[in-house]
Amino acid sequence: MFGTVAALVVATAFGGCATTAPASKPAGGESAKARTLPKGLDSANNGDPFASTYRPLPSRPTALFGATVFTGTGERIDGGTVLIRDGKIEAIGAGLVPPASYHVVDAAGKYITPGLIDAHSHLGVYPSPSVPAHSDGNELTDPNTAGVWAEHSVWPQDPGFNLARAGGVTSIMVLPGSGNLIGGRSVTLRNIPARTVQEMKHPGAPYGLKMACGENPKRVYGGRNRAPSTRMGNVAGYRNAWISAADYGRKWDDYRAKEGRGEKADPPKRDLQLETLAGVLKGEILVENHCYRADEMVQMIGIANEFGYKITAFHHASEAYKIADILAQNDICTATWANWWGNKLEAWDGIEANAAMIHAAGGCAIIKSDDPDVIQRLNQEAAAALAAGRAAGLSITEAQAMAWITANPAKAMGLKDTGSLTPGKRADVVIWDKNPFSIYARAERVYLDGGIAYDRHDARFQPKSDFEIGQGANR
Amino acid sequence: MSKIALHLSISLAALAAAIATPVLAETVAITNARILTAGPAGEIARGTIVLRDGKIASVGAGASAPAGARIIDAKGATVTPGFVAANTLLGAVEVRSLGDDLTVNNPDIGAAFDVQYGLDPQSTLIPVARLGGITRAIVMPLSAGGGGTDFHADDGEELYTAGGGGGSKSTALFAGQAAVIHLGEGADILVKPKVGMVVPFGDGGANVAGGARGAEIVALKAAFRDVRDYMRNKAAYDRAGVRDMGLSKADLEALIPVVEGRMPIIASVHKASDIRSVLQFAREERVKVILDGAEEGWMTAGEIAAAGVPVIINPLSDRPESFQVLGATMENAARLQAAGVTLAIESQGGAHRVRELRYNVGNAIANGMPYQAGLAAVTINPARIFGVADKIGSLEPGKDADLVIWTGDPFEPLSQPTAIFIRGESQPMTSRQLELRERYKTLGGGYPAAYSR
Repeated sequence: MFGTVAALVVATAFGGCATTAPASKPAGGESAKARTLPKGLDSANNGDPFASTYRPLPSRPTALFGATVFTGTGERIDGGTVLIRDGKIEAIGAGLVPPASYHVVDAAGKYITPGLIDAHSHLGVYPSPSVPAHSDGNELTDPNTAGVWAEHSVWPQDPGFNLARAGGVTSIMVLPGSGNLIGGRSVTLRNIPARTVQEMKHPGAPYGLKMACGENPKRVYGGRNRAPSTRMGNVAGYRNAWISAADYGRKWDDYRAKEGRGEKADPPKRDLQLETLAGVLKGEILVENHCYRADEMVQMIGIANEFGYKITAFHHASEAYKIADILAQNDICTATWANWWGNKLEAWDGIEANAAMIHAAGGCAIIKSDDPDVIQRLNQEAAAALAAGRAAGLSITEAQAMAWITANPAKAMGLKDTGSLTPGKRADVVIWDKNPFSIYARAERVYLDGGIAYDRHDARFQPKSDFEIGQGANR
Repeated sequence: MSKIALHLSISLAALAAAIATPVLAETVAITNARILTAGPAGEIARGTIVLRDGKIASVGAGASAPAGARIIDAKGATVTPGFVAANTLLGAVEVRSLGDDLTVNNPDIGAAFDVQYGLDPQSTLIPVARLGGITRAIVMPLSAGGGGTDFHADDGEELYTAGGGGGSKSTALFAGQAAVIHLGEGADILVKPKVGMVVPFGDGGANVAGGARGAEIVALKAAFRDVRDYMRNKAAYDRAGVRDMGLSKADLEALIPVVEGRMPIIASVHKASDIRSVLQFAREERVKVILDGAEEGWMTAGEIAAAGVPVIINPLSDRPESFQVLGATMENAARLQAAGVTLAIESQGGAHRVRELRYNVGNAIANGMPYQAGLAAVTINPARIFGVADKIGSLEPGKDADLVIWTGDPFEPLSQPTAIFIRGESQPMTSRQLELRERYKTLGGGYPAAYSR
């Protein structure tokens, strides 16, 4: 089941550079298009202005030896060893003998999991301190702001990133807020201290589109005496947006087809809002849909069917348990909490067992934070969700529940290179001092791409943001 | 009076009596239990606890079950006192965004506001909290800069924070008087009213005083001078024969126990310098004070301990969420405790998430607090702080029989309560949430879920 050391040496030989961004074609190159259209008017040839510049931390071949391992894919290995080489998981299994040249970490009595993944965060866009000067998560100037990108609001110095990493979180999807019907693009970050958001961007990760059902958009815009002010107004707003997007996509397709045939063609004017929506219709951008109520989620599935896109995940989804069968049939993930409910009426029916009931119905359950405190303890939130499932009589193992905060959020974020301790994946790994489903467990060490990103017992690996130094108390 | 009317009035009287007086609780003996007493007996590895007439009759390794008692064999399970949740909105909120009964912006009713009159025993939050092992709670008025919020950045709502940025939309210098409630079934959940006077300090205090911290201390001192003058000249006041006073008569009356040192001020305060300011104010005015929030409490732990001032904290507050809490750390609880401060642990927001109180204790322990100190912080300490330790807070003979049987360590999420007693009465182990769960556990039957019971 698990790769051997020899097999992985081969696998990593050609994978060594995979962590850097694929080089994008320079703008103004030699293609006919670049000559045809002025710079910036062709989204297919715009030089990727915000490309990832992520660089993995230095690492060395490492063997984490003798721990209880939750793989993230539902398995548990007792007395397991994880081999890390070239920033990748090289091999994993019980009784693996570390090669002589490897740095060996004695993890006997400890627990190892994949780096935790938060599929719903506002770190960086609603950073700490949460003052109006930092309130950059909701572009509340129009119900459809598909043209905004969360990465343009992310403040890399948010101290919350460091706290999340100390809680074992290695990957984060940062979303715009939910005040709009269509809030903008999400960004997927490697949780590493950085000067710029580009240095954090997960190379090759797809974008997500934040959409929101229910109370928030209708409250924000209804309060201004403009549409939407009702749930039916919300739905008309989504559908009108998709009609425009489909039309925009058709115009660009026509233009490119004509251009390809060498015919004279007038290009459509580039539109950031429609470009993002058209990206969804082409299947390049994932739909991350904030939606609490069961009936509204099924309305959203209808809209997705009408326009031919797929909803990747419903977020918050307090009533997902009422439609667990429908969500499983449609292969839509549910990103939810165990403990949040009742902060507003659409969250009134939220229950602790929500994730467990989704899991039991064969669906994709995710525990996420949506909160700078909960993100520090995703493992505890998953434990509460697991306990609630067991209290409901469902048979769920800890190893299965670990997928709720690792492999399943990776799926919902379109990440194929992290989320489980599978050979060939990025070596995003957490060593816990105790079972991570215990309230007393703490992350002792966190690896990102095989490099030590955090160590509870070594101050050299406890980064602080610029904001945290030179003022206040040394916490 | 007609016979029917007489009959009706007697029935109503009987009904009222039935509502007012709890049904006499059964006699129960819980045997083979690991008992965490939170009292002088400490932990009893294997013992029996007897509940009679709503009280704890006996507890100990040698205690035996009396004849006729219902026996619950705990089979080694853990029994703790019911937890006491400090700083909650229980009984005063349903859906958070629809408002609460704890925020008053009325120029004539500030200090006089008394939460005891607005409590809803039917609140759906109460059974949810109870299933988190909570049997008593302190319901506190919301103040500017206080807690009591579930801040949700995602919502596109106006930014406010629990760590001192705003807390609630209260503009009151004195936010009002707190009460102790129990979380048992029944129409009357009030246990003890008037257990403290909530006052915001720091940013919140500055805001209600017109913009600056210094103004608030001056305003408070002026108010206390008015109260003392009023106390000495009540008759003159009623003849309008005294100078103008800034507070209404109701507020002046409400503050008398405060200036006399009988009712503590519950100071919502976060920053170390503001904590010092509160301690100095309390010393100068000779009033009792409880600190609530105190994210930077560890920086002034020695002074707090020396003043004998108890503290309520949320041990999860570890972010520089505002410029008042740059020193916030997960080790606040451990450091305050080590300095000798009497500590109570509160929950996140005090309302819908109050059931997570036990996880907060676990996290405080994981970050250095001794286990028994963590237990005390949700049992005997809040009981002492709010003056009800003679009745609750530990498993000792003579105290109210509030206890919970757990499948394991009560602070672990994987542990669950299996039985809950409040004042000796066995509580139903259900909630609206669990009813919803059962309704949707099996999908796709012939009839819609709405037909299920």
